[in-house]
Amino acid sequence: MTDLPESLAQIRDDFLELEQRDRLLLLLEFANELPELPERYSAHPDLLERVVECQSPVYIFVEVSEDRTVHVFATAPKEAPTTRGFASIIAQGLEGLTVDEVLAVPDDFPSSIGLTEAVSPLRIRGMTGLLARVKRQVREKLAA
Amino acid sequence: MAIEPDSSAHFADYAHPERLVSTGWLKAHLGEPGLVVVESDEDVLLYETGHIPGSVKIDWHTDLNDPVERDYIDGAAFAQLLGGKGIGRDTTVVIYGDKNNWWAAYALWVFSLFGHEDVRLLDGGRVKWEADGGEYTTDPSTPEAVDYPVVERDDSKIRAYKDDVLKHLGNPLIDVRSPEEYSGERTTAPAYPDEGALRAGHIPSAQNVPWGKAAAEDGTFRSVPELDALYRGQAGLKDGDNVVAYCRIGERSSHTWFVLTHLLGFENVRNYDGSWTEWGSAVRVPIVQGAEPGVVPSH
Repeated sequence: MTDLPESLAQIRDDFLELEQRDRLLLLLEFANELPELPERYSAHPDLLERVVECQSPVYIFVEVSEDRTVHVFATAPKEAPTTRGFASIIAQGLEGLTVDEVLAVPDDFPSSIGLTEAVSPLRIRGMTGLLARVKRQVREKLAA
Repeated sequence: MAIEPDSSAHFADYAHPERLVSTGWLKAHLGEPGLVVVESDEDVLLYETGHIPGSVKIDWHTDLNDPVERDYIDGAAFAQLLGGKGIGRDTTVVIYGDKNNWWAAYALWVFSLFGHEDVRLLDGGRVKWEADGGEYTTDPSTPEAVDYPVVERDDSKIRAYKDDVLKHLGNPLIDVRSPEEYSGERTTAPAYPDEGALRAGHIPSAQNVPWGKAAAEDGTFRSVPELDALYRGQAGLKDGDNVVAYCRIGERSSHTWFVLTHLLGFENVRNYDGSWTEWGSAVRVPIVQGAEPGVVPSH
């Protein structure tokens, strides 16, 4: 296994130790934990970026603090719990990591957490798209 | 049929009104022996957030698709799936789901490939059930397993393969995707994954009727005059036509297949489930771009 940041490794291990059916329920817990957007974004939906790889509307926004740590905010409708769960995993797993740590996360992390069979490979692509967009936004903010 | 159909007056004009039930009918019959309610959604977790009491979940991807080949499960797997959900061969099945029953219609179409006779849709799906004050529970359903016979799938009547579509050219085709997908306009920025096809556009001569037009604002199906205006008027279908419907992977077009077959009474409608993800990547098949249907090549 690669040297995943502790937060992501923990999420992966939590999923992998469960039976398939329970993995779905853990994903649902993540979905329920997705925090509300901070007001600076909820009042300005135009600032959020749509993730088109996901079948349901999901929007993300990435902040890079002065200490080069990353913060991810996301929103998705309650009718799309799978997408909310994916966004919550990405947001929680990347929260507070440094930009270098975020950019070093393997692009196939979503395929490594044991959800492919439970939710189907097609759907996992939505999380892969989310991760790719977070990384791209981080790069853009570093270049800006 | 095992359980009396919903005789609501507003279904009476449909060609096969017994294929629909209203939320009121379902509330009255919930729990009746011989009835199994199935939820089938785009979102694989939605059932877990709350479902109609006693309903079972069937997922289009993890349950109905073969895990290896791009095909549906076979008769043995279907028998095991349905038997495990407490569904027998003569059980009345009512399917409901999210997004105007998009995936529920897909599940119904797959049930129909196996000739399950009594399978119906809850008109309006989840949205209408919620709007009409229907209850949800997060309690797991615990159906008692029953025997479902192994019946081989019959793909010959309501399913079309790519070669069937090539032979079909010259007969009506309905492309149920969005106008942007139909015209071949790119909808994704460069360097992002696209829709999974190498080329964009539509099958020559196909009429574009986006699937969602068949649904009203409350998620229920539109009335016969409204549907006639879309499919006979705008798309030019005539009685007796042999029709193929397609979309991206055959899910949205199952919804249109349901409308044409069960609501408008067309008897020869096939769903091309390979759809654009196959056609748009196949070698040397004709493609038309732009908003016009275009013509079938003569050679």
